Amino acid sequence: MIVVELRKLLTRPRTWITIALIDALPTLVAVLLALTDVGPRPGTGPAFLSAVLADGTLFPLAALAMVLPLFLPVAVALTAGDAIAGEAQTGTLRYLLARPVGRTRLLVAKLVAVIAFVLLTVLVVAATGFVVGALLLGDAPLSSSVSGTSLTQQELAWRTALALGYAVLAMLGVASIALFFSTITDSPPGAAMGALAFLIASTLLLTLDAANALQPYLPTRYWLAFVDLFRDPILWRDVGFGVLQQGVYVLLFLGAAWANFTTRDITS
Amino acid sequence: MITTDGLTKRYGPVLAVDCIDLDVRAGDIYGFLGANGSGKTTTVRMLLGLVLPTSGTIRLLDEPMPRAAHSVLPQVGALIEGPAAYGHLSGRSNLALLDAAGPGGPRRTRRARVDAALEQVGLARVSSRQVRAYSLGMRQRLGLAAALLRTPRLLILDEPTNGLDPQGIREIRDLLVGLHAQGTTVFLSSHLLAEVEQLCTRVGVLDRGRLVLQDELTVLQQPTGRTVVRTPDAERAHGLLDGRVEHRDGDRIVVRRTDAAALNSLLVGQGVRVHELGPERRTLEQVVLAATTESPEVAP
Repeated sequence: MIVVELRKLLTRPRTWITIALIDALPTLVAVLLALTDVGPRPGTGPAFLSAVLADGTLFPLAALAMVLPLFLPVAVALTAGDAIAGEAQTGTLRYLLARPVGRTRLLVAKLVAVIAFVLLTVLVVAATGFVVGALLLGDAPLSSSVSGTSLTQQELAWRTALALGYAVLAMLGVASIALFFSTITDSPPGAAMGALAFLIASTLLLTLDAANALQPYLPTRYWLAFVDLFRDPILWRDVGFGVLQQGVYVLLFLGAAWANFTTRDITS
Repeated sequence: MITTDGLTKRYGPVLAVDCIDLDVRAGDIYGFLGANGSGKTTTVRMLLGLVLPTSGTIRLLDEPMPRAAHSVLPQVGALIEGPAAYGHLSGRSNLALLDAAGPGGPRRTRRARVDAALEQVGLARVSSRQVRAYSLGMRQRLGLAAALLRTPRLLILDEPTNGLDPQGIREIRDLLVGLHAQGTTVFLSSHLLAEVEQLCTRVGVLDRGRLVLQDELTVLQQPTGRTVVRTPDAERAHGLLDGRVEHRDGDRIVVRRTDAAALNSLLVGQGVRVHELGPERRTLEQVVLAATTESPEVAP
């Protein structure tokens, strides 16, 4: 079933269009930076962006930091929201389950397909970022950490890998929420909007001082903590909290999705 | 092949299916009749494990459902409330994908199975076209092909001729008769009495969630013990048969007698001209209308 779901994902034009659109933004930014040579002042704008003019090898991270707050979650919410609700809407869900595909198996296969989509998107963004950064932006020999000390290529490589993993985990949290909504409605946009509403509410509450007590539990609180992986020494505190928190979100919402989907009447 | 015992489904306050005991035997073409909203689709969905019963049990191919779904359903082909397919894929890709999704379909023979199913329903020529571009009839055929993929022992079909033209309906009927001759049991849910009358050997009638009738079609349509006479000399015939006439309607007289031959010779012997004479049989429509309550409206 996992193979079938992956094949469905990869043969669908929508998947590739989405990835291309997500990829377009950082590429556009790189071109603009290269043409104008005007970078944001340090400390403003997306993380790393002020550094990439000097060091293009940081651009994959800058690209990731650009798409992580909005583009990527929207794409993930749409894909995961479509997982079950989309099959319900086209009517294929009843035929899959009558084939039979076990409901738990279907849910797992859908989750794997969404993870594959996230990995694919993150890798494409990072790879394009690397190529564009190397071709268009500065190649100062020193790759420097956010703290100002220099990092070796090797250090930079594994820290980048860690950061990618962290981003994937954050998106897995989004995917779990959207997958849960996808099992309770037969409308894919409805499921995606449900998940996005959750994230937007979270982002909003983070800016509100009155919501201080809630903030550590909000899903978007630690999303950009991967920047801390490039401090010297690495600041593990927020990254650790982020991993723990996303893990809890994933377990909670996947559990709810499973409990709902396996006991529900399929009337679509 | 299908046995249910007190099968009941309640949606909130609405009793969609009310304690039905289906009995579909091997070799039947079972016509499951009922007005729109009478609970046919809910029953079909419960048989296939999509909707979970509120109470009651289901046995499919002698195994309990939905517990044994994994071993039973691969031997069952189903068409549930209209066909469904991925529009951006071809008919052939859709079938291959569906076949790969379920257990027990070896990859080696997949192509052959898909080709055979497409051939059976007459879609072989358009199998590489995107389903998006299919007509309603072609989609219906594709749905049937999907049901036939695994050469099932039992076919559960919900309105299989929906959207087909008369020629298509005939082809599907011939296909079902052919499959039945090869030993496939068919459970056909429909609201088209004529379709069921032409095709089925056994009939169950659902009325507002209750199974009000379940019997062999030949039993339901057996002679009523009365004879129908059509004659231009209705007045004289009525006089001759006085006391045994059930009712008279123009040139048509219904007589309480079973021996049509004796009746004929009596009438002709007395010089009554006879157009037509034969034992009365009820149509399926009459049987169904008699069994169901007067207005087939949607349950409140």
